[in-house]
Amino acid sequence: MGLLSDPNRRKALTGLLTRLNTPICIVCYLAGIVWFMGLAFEPFTLRTYMSENAMGSTMVEERFSSGERALSLAKEFDAHKRQARGMPVEWLVKAMQSRGLEVFTQSFSRKLPFPDENKERYMVRGTNVYGILRAPRAPRTEALVITAPCSPGNTNNQAVALLLALAQYFRNQIYWAKDIIFLVNEHDLIGTQAWLEGYHHTNITGMEYSPLQGRAGSIQAALSLELSSDVITSLDLVLEGLNGQLPNLDLANLFYAFCQKLGVLCTIQGKLQRNDWDTAEGYTHAAQTMMLMVLKQACGRSWGDHGLFLRYHIEAASVRGINSFRHYKTDATTIGRLLEGMVRKLNNLLERLHQSYFFYLLPSLSRFVSIGYYMPAFGLLAVILLLRVSFPGLCHCFSVSLQPSSPGVLTVLTPVVISHLTGVALYLLPVHLQEMAVEHFPVSETEAVVLTAIAIYTAGLALPHNTQRLLSGEGTEQGWKVLKLTALLYLAVLLGCTALINFSLGFILAVTLVPITASITPHMPKALYAVVMVLLSPAFTILYCVFIYQELIEAPVSVSEGWMLFLSVISQGILDHALYGSLVYPLLALFIYPCWLMFWNILFWN
Amino acid sequence: MAAPLTLLLIVAVTIRAVLFRSSLAELISARVEVVSPLNAWKRVVEGLALLDLGVSPYSGDVFHETPLMIYLFHFTVDYAEIVFIVSAYFFRKQKYALESDRYSADCLELLRSPKEMFYIPLKVAMFYLLNPFTILSCVAKSTCGLNNAIIALFIFCTLKGSALLSGILLALATYQSIYPLTLFAPALLFFLQRLYIPVNLRRSSFWFFTLQYAFMYVGSLVVITGLSFFLLGSWDFIPSVYGFIFSVPDLTPNIGLFWYFFAEMFEHFRLFFSCVFQFNVFFYTIPLSIKLKEHPVFLIFMQIAIISIFKSYPTVGDVALYMAFLPAWSHLYRFLRNIFLVSCVLLACSALFPVLWHLWIYAGSANSNFYYAITLLFNFGQVKVFTTTWLTNCEWKNRWRNKVSLFINLY
Repeated sequence: MGLLSDPNRRKALTGLLTRLNTPICIVCYLAGIVWFMGLAFEPFTLRTYMSENAMGSTMVEERFSSGERALSLAKEFDAHKRQARGMPVEWLVKAMQSRGLEVFTQSFSRKLPFPDENKERYMVRGTNVYGILRAPRAPRTEALVITAPCSPGNTNNQAVALLLALAQYFRNQIYWAKDIIFLVNEHDLIGTQAWLEGYHHTNITGMEYSPLQGRAGSIQAALSLELSSDVITSLDLVLEGLNGQLPNLDLANLFYAFCQKLGVLCTIQGKLQRNDWDTAEGYTHAAQTMMLMVLKQACGRSWGDHGLFLRYHIEAASVRGINSFRHYKTDATTIGRLLEGMVRKLNNLLERLHQSYFFYLLPSLSRFVSIGYYMPAFGLLAVILLLRVSFPGLCHCFSVSLQPSSPGVLTVLTPVVISHLTGVALYLLPVHLQEMAVEHFPVSETEAVVLTAIAIYTAGLALPHNTQRLLSGEGTEQGWKVLKLTALLYLAVLLGCTALINFSLGFILAVTLVPITASITPHMPKALYAVVMVLLSPAFTILYCVFIYQELIEAPVSVSEGWMLFLSVISQGILDHALYGSLVYPLLALFIYPCWLMFWNILFWN
Repeated sequence: MAAPLTLLLIVAVTIRAVLFRSSLAELISARVEVVSPLNAWKRVVEGLALLDLGVSPYSGDVFHETPLMIYLFHFTVDYAEIVFIVSAYFFRKQKYALESDRYSADCLELLRSPKEMFYIPLKVAMFYLLNPFTILSCVAKSTCGLNNAIIALFIFCTLKGSALLSGILLALATYQSIYPLTLFAPALLFFLQRLYIPVNLRRSSFWFFTLQYAFMYVGSLVVITGLSFFLLGSWDFIPSVYGFIFSVPDLTPNIGLFWYFFAEMFEHFRLFFSCVFQFNVFFYTIPLSIKLKEHPVFLIFMQIAIISIFKSYPTVGDVALYMAFLPAWSHLYRFLRNIFLVSCVLLACSALFPVLWHLWIYAGSANSNFYYAITLLFNFGQVKVFTTTWLTNCEWKNRWRNKVSLFINLY
């Protein structure tokens, strides 16, 4: 470490950092944003390719032909569903048994912490029905799962019917090396969570379920099917799972390869790929697709029934049939052939999918950006924090604060502890105080929870004015510098750890938090800076993301509708955490918000 | 001094009690950074269960604690949490007492104001009790806390000047895990310094005292080992405890350096590499003792640091042990150059350990290389702390010598 221990070079380096600190920070920030936006530019991306050898070398003729039978089955299923006013369990069990599967059911129940207004449920009770097709020749140590949700109303009837038709076709084949489980789950994600917890003997979310009577071995891959019409124009692939986890890219490559082979239009984020990458519209299209993926990954919820499988290290993806206004229609037989082909390729796997990337961004289905290309964008933003930390004024403070006589450490401790206690209050109180809030105010439980959260968030803004009075020896130059040093390091470590697990969340938080936190001092004009800080706080970031998301899916909303959507996003976030173990809400409440509060404290230091 | 100390104790005990009762306790006791196969509570419970069934607790290669430890927990298993909190308190009390005792005798501390010296015991107590590593270790009920308490008692008795007690406690610490054997040299040097016996290989007084101390140490060790044999009725515990420490058969990832290497190497070379790695721990005793023979307390600190970096199954409890001693050398702070960078590295690594573990084991997106990279960085940071303290101590000594010679020349 000659650079750091040679005093002359050290002085030169610190001099450079002092003089050029702000310009370097600005350049890094702009470079980070430009790098990120440039990721969607096609020459900077790589073409997707199949990495797993076991999936690449077979030439298979798909022979599924029971598409019409599937459609009539769909009508039958719809009729029974209406009659049973929920899931027609007996009909499903009989249908699967007549197709030669080993059928089992699982019942589950869950009381949500507060009513879910989007899906209108509070006390959820349901049954999952699954049939196992045993592999005829191989030892039964591995399994594949194909799942279709049983949704209320007219949705997903064709999916369940296609599932049953595929089961019948698969039963007659002899080449299966893995068991295949055909799962029909009720109440979408809650049913899938109950089934997975029962299968793996875990209980991480407090669900009550009956134990599974039949098992099939270690699940290697899963496919979720959502099909609501007899003919479709395109198939959409959904990859984002819980906490922003993505399946192995090979699964997306597999889907794309089969769409090409069978001539089915395939989309990602609902957008079709364009060929004109050198025009402005082409680039914007790719950038929009990538931004949609980033936003969906950042919110940490599972965007299809497949998302919960990823936590158990099972590569899973959702295939959704879309029927829009296009000339060329695809029928159920072709979809069946596509699924047959995919499952046959997955059948050939010798080990779990691990050859291709786990961390990537997709500007289109045939192009991808790997972690090595997108991480520098985040790195450039994180470097700003580190540059600010090593700013010599701050660094000197650290060595001074180690002296026992200066009160530096204790004055820092109080804002840190109070900010974290506010964070804990933001995490615990909204759900626990909902009964009290409903008694005193004319709101429903969901509104009570969301409004309590917003109230605690806003109440935290009033803290600095009160804590300063409690401390003695306040308002010292030393004090705020030590606090800023601690807060910058804390933010850097926090954002780094977040970006490793969920890059999109880390990046979005970095884009909004880094500029204000790097430049904050108590000597700035307070009113202006306070407004800017509030506008760039985590809650407003969520609001902007809601508006941007609506713009990108071409369904722009007005301000009031956007506000309602924002409130529902908060309630969904809290529910996702309680039901499936999503980490976005605890991260924001317990770590990001207290960190932001510490910077808010610095602004109002004297 | 009593009031802030009591406040500190109350805060520390409250934090531990709250965490014991929360759901985090099971989560923490499963973390590999906090517990190792040598000191995990789950294994102690397993060993106790086997003992109750009448089977030797060492059968099945699960339990690797010493027999005295089983019997200690046999009687206190229901109050295990209290035992751990009490040992933390005890440890801190020893540290506090030894710090307040040391500086009245040590004449080299003229470079610091008396006021600063007064605060050092409190800072040492704070550094240990409120260190997140110690809290995690205590909540996980890792027996590392008890080992730390024994080592602290040993240091206390050494500084108080009682050679017999020091020998007995050192024997107990060595009996728990072999590595405190290296603390024999600094303890010996301290007593020699205290009794004004010069360290000269030709002097008979030197050999006389060394033999006395060695006799007390080896004697207590023999007695304790014999007692263990009589308690359990067999010599099973020697291969299970000491053979386990030396041959490193369990390769569960931890914050040490052994697991990755030993997972990759061929069986043929295993003996060679075990010898090299274990030798690394004991090797530094001789050169350090020669260089630091006038500063035995600093030597103890150095040895403890070496043990906790290079031992076969380190945990964060071991790291906390030597970190707690750092305020005792606060007169060196002025000269510590890279301490900021190094402490940031250690902090970042501690935050990254659980993240990369999750990515490797649960998400399956990373692999062991990522986790080992963070382990390497963490140990590198620790080595940097160690070398920085060592270098600043040398520099401080030189400056002190120059000042004293200047002082003498003036008069």
